[in-house]
Amino acid sequence: MDRTGHTTLAQWTAEDDAAFADAVREFGEQQALGYIGTVPDGPGKATHVRELPRDADMVILRRPIAGG
Amino acid sequence: MAQAEALPELATVPWRQPTDARWLRRWGRIWHAWTLLYTVPFIAAAVGMFLLDPLATPVALAALAHAWIIPELYAFRGASVVRPKARGSAQGEPVAQGLLGDLLGHDERELQRRTGLALQRGELGIWLVGQGGVLLVTPEHRRVHCFCVAASDPELPPSDRIAHLLLALRSDEVGFATVANHAFAGAAWRVRRRLPLPMRPALDAARRAAE
Repeated sequence: MDRTGHTTLAQWTAEDDAAFADAVREFGEQQALGYIGTVPDGPGKATHVRELPRDADMVILRRPIAGG
Repeated sequence: MAQAEALPELATVPWRQPTDARWLRRWGRIWHAWTLLYTVPFIAAAVGMFLLDPLATPVALAALAHAWIIPELYAFRGASVVRPKARGSAQGEPVAQGLLGDLLGHDERELQRRTGLALQRGELGIWLVGQGGVLLVTPEHRRVHCFCVAASDPELPPSDRIAHLLLALRSDEVGFATVANHAFAGAAWRVRRRLPLPMRPALDAARRAAE
């Protein structure tokens, strides 16, 4: 999620190793920029991830939060 | 799937105790006692002055006004955490609204579009997530806790700011509450009076859900 609303950074399937490798590289670059990986886990649940899960339907990169 | 972890932002506030149900109960009681502490003396002084000398009635009325205004100011401060913020990119808002809608159930999506607040059920109570702050309605005593918390990029579209907070809250509820700054705790009716009119139905819905 970014200033445009959201941007699709990578797409992969569990069987496509090359696409997954690209997605892992992109995920790492975004983490270096400060983004945090989050996997929505159904209604009202989400999981913070440090590594890109191959079997996830969607991984959302969010900005860190802080008390105002 | 990778192992679930605590909220990474907790590393920025290592000195804080976890804001769990016990913490919330304790701070709810402290805020209650604090409210009594700054209202009861003014009321007692007003009554005392009136009984001692009716000519002191204007001063007694001023004391009563203090007993009314100070709690109202605190409640205003609490409610202000979810007031809409003017900053942020309006250009990306339609896209951001779509993504936020995907994260919410049907009823919550409708409520968010009407009120600007996203309702989230949690272990600690019912959360209302705004652009730069959240309200938590606790099931016990139906007290409202107000927290200041926001995504670190101020240029995000308004709905994205809510989505970032929602995802963090869903990842680690206690961690989320610990990172957020606690601004106020008090009766729901006190906060409701100070909320912008369009947001009040969201608090009503949260109170019903907390019952």
